Amino acid sequence: MNAKTKKINNQVMWNRLISVVEEQAQALIRTAFSTSVREAGDLSAGVYNSKGEMLAQAVTGTPGHVNAMAESVGHFIKYIGEKTFREGDVYITNDPWMGTGHLHDITVVTPTFKDQKFIGFFACTAHIVDIGGRGFGADAISIYEEGLYIPIMRFFDKGKINNTLIQIIRANVREPDQLVGDLFALAACNEIGIKRLLVMMEEFKIKNLTIISNFILERSYKATLEKISQLPQKEATGFMTIDGYNTPINIKIRLTILKHEIRCDFTGTSSVDEKGINVPLVYTKAYACYALKCTIAPNIPNNAGSLSPFKVFAPINSIVNAIHPAPVALRHVIGHFIPDTIFNALNKIMPNTVPAEGAGTLCNFQVSIRPTEYQSVGEDNYRSEVLTFNSGGSGARPNSDGLNATAFPSGVMTMPIEATENTGPIIIWRKELRPDSGGIGKFRGGLGQFMEVGVKEGYVFDFQAMFDRVNYPAKGQNGGGSGSPTLIRRDDGLKMKGKGKQFIPNGNKVHLAFPGGGGFGKVAHRDKSLIKRDLTLGYISTESAQLHYKLSEQEINSVLQNKKK
Amino acid sequence: MTNTLKNETKIRIGVDIGGTFTDVVLEKNKEVFSSKVLTTSDFPEIAILNGIAEVTKEAKVKPETISQIIHGTTLATNALIERTGAKTALITTKGFRDVIEMRTESRFEQYDLNLMMPLPLISREHRYVIEERISATGDILIPINKTKVMELIKALKNENYASIAVGLIHSYTNDYHERYIKNILSKQLRNAMVSISSEVSPQMREYERFNTVSANAYVKPLMKSYLMRLQKKLIKQKIVCPIFLMHSGGGIISLESAAEFPVRLIESGPAGGAVFAATIAKKHKIKNTLSFDMGGTTAKICLIKNQKPKTSRVFEVARSYRFKKGSGMPISIPVIDMVEIGAGGGSLAHVDELQQIRVGPQSAGSNPGPACYSLGGNSPTVTDADLFLGKLSEDGFAGGSMPLSKIDSENTLKINISDKLGTSDEISAHGILEVVDENMANAARVHAVENGEDLSDYTMIAFGGAAPLHASRICEKLGINKFLVPEGAGVGSALGFLHAPFSFEATRSFYSRISNFNLKLTKNIFAELQNDATTFVKSCAPNSPIQSEYKVYMRYKGQGWEIPVHLKEKDALKPTGKELKKLFEREYKKIFGRIVNDIDIEITIWSVNSFTPLKKITEIEPIEAKKIARIKEKRSMFDSKLGREVRAKVIARNQLNEGDEIYGPAIITETETTIILTSNFKATVQMDKCISVQKNE
Repeated sequence: MNAKTKKINNQVMWNRLISVVEEQAQALIRTAFSTSVREAGDLSAGVYNSKGEMLAQAVTGTPGHVNAMAESVGHFIKYIGEKTFREGDVYITNDPWMGTGHLHDITVVTPTFKDQKFIGFFACTAHIVDIGGRGFGADAISIYEEGLYIPIMRFFDKGKINNTLIQIIRANVREPDQLVGDLFALAACNEIGIKRLLVMMEEFKIKNLTIISNFILERSYKATLEKISQLPQKEATGFMTIDGYNTPINIKIRLTILKHEIRCDFTGTSSVDEKGINVPLVYTKAYACYALKCTIAPNIPNNAGSLSPFKVFAPINSIVNAIHPAPVALRHVIGHFIPDTIFNALNKIMPNTVPAEGAGTLCNFQVSIRPTEYQSVGEDNYRSEVLTFNSGGSGARPNSDGLNATAFPSGVMTMPIEATENTGPIIIWRKELRPDSGGIGKFRGGLGQFMEVGVKEGYVFDFQAMFDRVNYPAKGQNGGGSGSPTLIRRDDGLKMKGKGKQFIPNGNKVHLAFPGGGGFGKVAHRDKSLIKRDLTLGYISTESAQLHYKLSEQEINSVLQNKKK
Repeated sequence: MTNTLKNETKIRIGVDIGGTFTDVVLEKNKEVFSSKVLTTSDFPEIAILNGIAEVTKEAKVKPETISQIIHGTTLATNALIERTGAKTALITTKGFRDVIEMRTESRFEQYDLNLMMPLPLISREHRYVIEERISATGDILIPINKTKVMELIKALKNENYASIAVGLIHSYTNDYHERYIKNILSKQLRNAMVSISSEVSPQMREYERFNTVSANAYVKPLMKSYLMRLQKKLIKQKIVCPIFLMHSGGGIISLESAAEFPVRLIESGPAGGAVFAATIAKKHKIKNTLSFDMGGTTAKICLIKNQKPKTSRVFEVARSYRFKKGSGMPISIPVIDMVEIGAGGGSLAHVDELQQIRVGPQSAGSNPGPACYSLGGNSPTVTDADLFLGKLSEDGFAGGSMPLSKIDSENTLKINISDKLGTSDEISAHGILEVVDENMANAARVHAVENGEDLSDYTMIAFGGAAPLHASRICEKLGINKFLVPEGAGVGSALGFLHAPFSFEATRSFYSRISNFNLKLTKNIFAELQNDATTFVKSCAPNSPIQSEYKVYMRYKGQGWEIPVHLKEKDALKPTGKELKKLFEREYKKIFGRIVNDIDIEITIWSVNSFTPLKKITEIEPIEAKKIARIKEKRSMFDSKLGREVRAKVIARNQLNEGDEIYGPAIITETETTIILTSNFKATVQMDKCISVQKNE
């Protein structure tokens, strides 16, 4: 191997590392038990150098893990102690502040050795469905109620499993078999990463990751700076109000673009909430960086180098920098609104680049089902926990409509309803687009969706709502209209709350309408052919076509007559 | 015996319609003839007739003596990509009108704020709902109502649909409502063709199943009329033999079945390629092979274990965004499991914002093509890099019919790569090849790991125009010690068709758990599936013995990803929970390293693949090298592994004889491709002219 081809080798190795972590993530998806991981892709995987700097990360469904993962290995080095690292060790935590923001995310870190020498780490994180406590929801008033807290510790010690830990876990969670299955899946996916890394090192005849890690981090840092330097050096503020639990929450940011960094300051944001919707700073950073990277440097892979120019500040005890023991289980509900708030500021600095506000947080709910009469519990009559992920509409873009029922900023997938109904006596009666829910504008906001949820005869259920945008729908941008708000009620007409656990008696269903995205630009500038298309497709009603989009009766009739040609 | 005599005089034709060329091969006794003619997109049957005329002339046989035609085509795939199918309606359960439009509700590219979703195959105004509902366990929650069906039909009648798809929730477990609708539709709307999801793809997961039935309905009128036209035209030419179609699962079905389930024809070309590779593996007595087919735009990689291509139950077609997973549409039918990536001779290279060389998935195509074609292409491609580094020559491409310009390659490399990176053109070209080879090697590695396979004991079979150029470097990267370059590699798919068995795989979703395993129910499932599958096969080969393979997809309760578990016939006829558990754990351990204790195991999908016995292939013994081939010609070539230029021997393949041995670095040229041996490899010419390339000890 000569010096000239080395540069090419470094590039090849970088590509390889990205492929290795993607494969690590795939292995996790295929072996995990929690629906959140296996169907929805709520997980993350990465490789690190010996200093704990992240070199590559799999692009999975969760920008929320971006920085959180990047930082967490540093905490493991500090609390485990590098001198005690041994081959066969595996470490674990679900610490919301040193992991990825809530107890439901388990992070597993495996130190990696080559020829008995410690060279770096593989780490992965997954969202598991239950960690004990009150169950997944916003109702807790401190972290102590939210479930079992696993400080950074050894999961395997030189290849030997920590049985005490497993016993404690088993005694504290609702689905012990599945959780332990997930823990093994996490450890196994790191092993797959290690195996592949060692093959690569053998092939390229390298003894440690020093040179390749310098190459990756320097290249990425430089490329990100290059992108930043092309931006106007300006400052702007962004603002958004959302439902919160009982009181509305203001998210405020000041965005400053400097030559070598971008600062994001959350001063002025509401303070910690009494319920479990608070956000540890790691998670705030993750979504802030995600929004900036999407806009400024979408093609530069995530690693310690490319993330370092983004600086995030938030006052302690604000809702975006909650500290122990604040409840944080639903930190995503607030966290998912951070990108739209940043876009609000970015729109002032870089007009016509970023979208209008969208549905923001995922429209998730968990259903706890039990038989109405306990004597009838038997083989086919059982309790069941079902978690589903769903999405509203995304905000309209400067040059195109928002996406219908598509997750943003989260990237997780919904579960097929046929798969969901196979996991318990739940019945989803409806899941389809919600016409007229996209904010009007030159470009229309994405449509939200309708859902109707019930259970089989003989069962009742608790409905754990995790919605927002009930009182504060997605706002339009540059003259665009707001999207429709979230609606939630029982089929007998009873109004329900957007957040929290609510009992649904025998025979009743829950009717849901998830929010649409905001529009972009003035509706008067909308291309008539797009209005007609929307009417043909039933994205908008004839009333809306007439009222908002000013289509004449004649035009409407002509569209309706020709719509199926 | 008359029977054997008949077999000996059989004249069989394989036809593969690709995007650019239509390949026709003719098999007469043990001789094989082939022709390559330009595809006639509007009327593909014309190219077939041209090809047949050419090849029969060459083989000196009369067209009317042809006894069988086996045909594979990208026509259905193209109709899906180009959206040229029929006016189609979808009828679905009330409340679920938008399943095929809402997809997975996620973005296949996380960092693109301007991402566009591919349009659904059947637009919203053509999607109709009917009140009815079946539960996950197959119970009827809302019965179907005849008056309402009649109302719906009234609405459909006005619209003149050529084809109608029906996809109802949980129809894979109870098909009563779908059949009910089909029944009425076929009486009331005689002009429309009907496809129902419980027949086309009886598998759980509504998005995949509805999309598959929509795709079937969408291409059905087109495919049916094409197949009928083809049959007529052939009859006009006095070719009255039966015509069979290659399907995505690697077997052949009757023309009638193909017209009914045209969605099964998608990916039939690549499936033929995999069957071709499996045939070569069998002939050369190689247990496990990696089939590697690299053309102008894409590379296809397929694992062939125990001389059988791996199969899968779902795949994605018509990817709309840089070949990205999730940007196309899922089709859930039995299919030969392969990865296809945007890497070919025409793949374009550029320098990105990280100062890295990127290659593909965009391709220069054939027009303007690579810069060295001198047809106006001004971006460097893989072919340009191959030419610049001496792996191709200016005057030997396509048998010399297509002169290449090294200067043009050099200029475009300089402007687009070297100047930006501050490297020499040689290093730039080397970089392009390393990146594209690494991309392909990565795809192969990931595919192997996903299947729990270790590639180091695999042999590669390389075919397609660009594969033999890149095979040795990819083998180096994958730790594979041996690859074969068979003869006729340019028409591999069509040759594969001739070796495909009559086959049909029937699958069904049915939940079952090991802890409460019901022998009676499960036994019936296999019996029914086998009946379905063999009926299809019998329609093609009424007198042939039929074999069946049994497979279930299993997972731990709570997991979402099933792994296929094969059962022996005796176990399938009398399956026991204990045996299934044992088989599952063995497979699970192989893929994921360790089993999970104390968790129940589920069976989700059941499948029976029935097929006629494979055509007998005469195995041949590997030939030891007899003598080192005498080669005078030499030229400079860059050796990627060594990272420097070397002097490579150059020889034409047709000058080599059985037993000849060539040590790398060497270049073996032929009309359709060039075989590169890096310094690490040596080649031996086998009895069937296949070139076997092995790593030096």
